[in-house]
Amino acid sequence: MELFDNLGLGIETAVRIENLLYCLIGVVLGTAVGVLPGIGPTATIALLLPITFNFQPVSALIMLAGIYYGAQYGGSTTAILINLPGESSAAVTAIDGHEMARKGRAGVALATAAIGSFIAGSVATVVIALFAPPLAAVALTFGSPEFFSLVVLGLIASIALARGSTVKALAMIVLGLLLGTVGQDTYTATPRFVFGIRELYSGINFVSVAVGMFGVAEILRNLEDERTRKLITHKIAGLWPTRDDFRRMAAPIARGTALGSALGVLPGAGHVLASFGSYSMEKRLSRRKQEFGHGAIEGVAGPESANNAAAQTSFIPLLTLGLPASPVMALMVGALIIHGITPGPNIINDEPALFWGLIVSMWIGNFFLVMLNLPLIGIWVKMLTIPYKILFPVIIAFASIGTFSLGLNAWDVFMIAFFGVLGYVLIKLGCEPAPLLLGFVLGPLLEDHLRRSLIISRGDLAIFVERPVSAVLLALAVVALALAVLPAIRKKREVVFADEDDL
Amino acid sequence: MPAVRRALKDILAGTLFIGLGLAFALGALAYSIGTPLRMGPGYVPLVLGGLLAVLGVAVIVKGFIAGEGEEIGGLDWRALILVSAGILFFGITVRGLGAVGALFGATLLAALARSQTSWQQALVIAAGITALSVVIFIFALQLRLPLVGPWIPV
Repeated sequence: MELFDNLGLGIETAVRIENLLYCLIGVVLGTAVGVLPGIGPTATIALLLPITFNFQPVSALIMLAGIYYGAQYGGSTTAILINLPGESSAAVTAIDGHEMARKGRAGVALATAAIGSFIAGSVATVVIALFAPPLAAVALTFGSPEFFSLVVLGLIASIALARGSTVKALAMIVLGLLLGTVGQDTYTATPRFVFGIRELYSGINFVSVAVGMFGVAEILRNLEDERTRKLITHKIAGLWPTRDDFRRMAAPIARGTALGSALGVLPGAGHVLASFGSYSMEKRLSRRKQEFGHGAIEGVAGPESANNAAAQTSFIPLLTLGLPASPVMALMVGALIIHGITPGPNIINDEPALFWGLIVSMWIGNFFLVMLNLPLIGIWVKMLTIPYKILFPVIIAFASIGTFSLGLNAWDVFMIAFFGVLGYVLIKLGCEPAPLLLGFVLGPLLEDHLRRSLIISRGDLAIFVERPVSAVLLALAVVALALAVLPAIRKKREVVFADEDDL
Repeated sequence: MPAVRRALKDILAGTLFIGLGLAFALGALAYSIGTPLRMGPGYVPLVLGGLLAVLGVAVIVKGFIAGEGEEIGGLDWRALILVSAGILFFGITVRGLGAVGALFGATLLAALARSQTSWQQALVIAAGITALSVVIFIFALQLRLPLVGPWIPV
């Protein structure tokens, strides 16, 4: 069979001793840098990219891929331990993961993330090997109207991310979309809402928003809590998941893997949609809905698996079509070009050793990652025992210098403070930051595909319901919205009636 | 006015959304709006700003019908000001003072945000974190940032 020949070639390439070594180095470096607060996979790869310039192309790509999922995993560790997601998909992990850490179950949360990531990564690797070309063909049939509808569905689904009121979650999504419009308009290059500040022309940096809304806002809340009551538990109740935990994480991991593998293929924001989508799906399906947002293990297992599966399958559009599916993949394109390889459909034929070697190395990298991280969980959890008076200035220092290092742009740093204060105020008013973050990430995509679709249809909105895939996606969005709003209305009626009883 | 107190959180949140929505919508009017076929840069922000304002009204209305009624609690002004000041200090001075000065000032301000931390403790914490950050970011990660900037004559 051709597949086995190909995999054989891949294994031959990937287990060459130098490639194994580069894969290991990549995973270790990626984890180490990804764990630093505020530094996600994109920043990690950008920082470490120059190291690989002198390597063989295969080794370079294997190492970069290792850095990528190492950083992805490291980012989740920080999100869980100190509520500082370094990139958008880790923001979902932070919701329940950090709540688990607060309750002394940080070790369990980290182990769940590691196990989920490993299973998802392994399955997604097989998915890539089997389906890369046909999946790429599916992704190609997605036009702007389909993408627009998919983004709308993703945004509506993200209402489930918030604990509180549906209306507030919707408002936060829209506020996120608006913040996403800051910067130069893609069609006319008109700078919007930049107040004459040149540094804002390229838009607000995502890392500033995430670090501010999650990290700094969390610090402000903790400092306030410290005065009134002690909230962070230092006691750690068991590092390992119990039998019950394993039972609860199995199905979410399976569903997350499937969802992530499918969505990762779509260029744009596949892995963000995957983790957010998985979270809403688990919350919807769970019999213990009330636990979500308060440390539900399903809320860590599902999104982490989805995220990792999508991280893996997002190589499909890169390797088969030459389309970068995310900023990280765009960096990969850069790395390929530096090594004299044109990304696109020809890689699989012209460079079979590179293509299949990379795929096999992904599985090896995931294996290294889980081997490396399970024993390290004890050490990471120790981070929580650092006294808070030392820990929070460390977070602020790392967040400032880390964010500054992204583009040597002081405005990225100023924006952390702005979003920290905004996030703190909004959280105090009962508005949760996660939907805003998703709106911010998807905003530019939404606007771009909306405008493109309407140019295609000559200004006729009917295009979104005339194209079948788009119509189905929009219908799902309407259903999701109804499901989110209806219980709220029912509850509201109950409250009203209860009040009348009081009278 | 129990209804107002019960809805206070929602009134404030809704007002914030209305204000921000209108600000974006008004700002969008300064750009070309265009038509659905050829949207100008102002089209999408105008629509979204309007939508945000409407949602803000909905938040307030919902607050009156079914407000959560939880206490908001005061803002921790000391933490709010000192933490922001620390971050802003870093951004303003990182090029001029260099990594060491900017980090030291930022962490010192931040450390003082916690009211129980004394001056002496804060100085020690700031010095330690500055050293740690320099080792990680400048030496290990090779971030191209001078340790001492042009504002400090050597």
